[in-house]
Amino acid sequence: MTTHLAIFFGIAVIAIATAVSVLASRNAVYSALFLVLNFVTIASLYLLLNAAFIAMVQITVYAGAIMVLFLFVIMLLGDEREEPSSRLKWQAPAAFLMSLALLILFVAALIQGNMGLQQALAGVSEGFGSPASVGRLLFSEYLIPFEVTSVLLLVAMVGAIVLTRPGREDA
Amino acid sequence: MNIPTDYVLALSGILFALGVLGVLIRRDAIVIFMCIELMLNSANVAFIAFARSFGPSGAGLQGHVFVFFVIAVAAAEVAVGLALIVTIFKTKRSIDVDEVSSLRG
Repeated sequence: MTTHLAIFFGIAVIAIATAVSVLASRNAVYSALFLVLNFVTIASLYLLLNAAFIAMVQITVYAGAIMVLFLFVIMLLGDEREEPSSRLKWQAPAAFLMSLALLILFVAALIQGNMGLQQALAGVSEGFGSPASVGRLLFSEYLIPFEVTSVLLLVAMVGAIVLTRPGREDA
Repeated sequence: MNIPTDYVLALSGILFALGVLGVLIRRDAIVIFMCIELMLNSANVAFIAFARSFGPSGAGLQGHVFVFFVIAVAAAEVAVGLALIVTIFKTKRSIDVDEVSSLRG
């Protein structure tokens, strides 16, 4: 029992520390690299929670594809360093207060909800969360949403090309 | 095996609050976008936690399927969003969100 809990707290500390670093870094490249670390840490949390397939998808899609796209755009724009201070002086303290209030709301809801989630979890069957089990569900019960997702990705690709194609001024 | 679901949900809430904070305090459009990814990710953590919690009763795998769709939609969103940022940079020479105020009356 204690080893799993210890691993979880290690993961939680790393995830929160990297998330704070994403916000605090002045350089956007550092923010992106800390975000990669955060995603990899969350992927290991998924492994701990019997979600092997989702963990691998997280690493390939998030930490791989999406973050490469982010880094590529940061390098392309070359605008990563400057961070002008906000014109509204009260904005940062107000933002701190409001996100703290949101966090308190989450914790209060968790305590008030009392969903009986405190107790240790029962064991799951052998193949729970494996690519085979998730894939079977994805291609039977969720086949139409799955196909719609492919259309969505196509639309996003077309949209990105249309937005950034050269000679858009005369359109 | 023995992680209480409440702990994972608390971690998810903390990550979400940090993402909200980032969107509110940063001025760089790309970093704001990264914080949105952070929030999507924390929602996924909550999904996986509940999937694990309701797993033995057989309903848990649907949480995994939903997380899969969230990741696919996030990928599409990033492609379009970054294209928008590149376009804004081409016209404004800056991605500071304070500069993008042409529509303000």
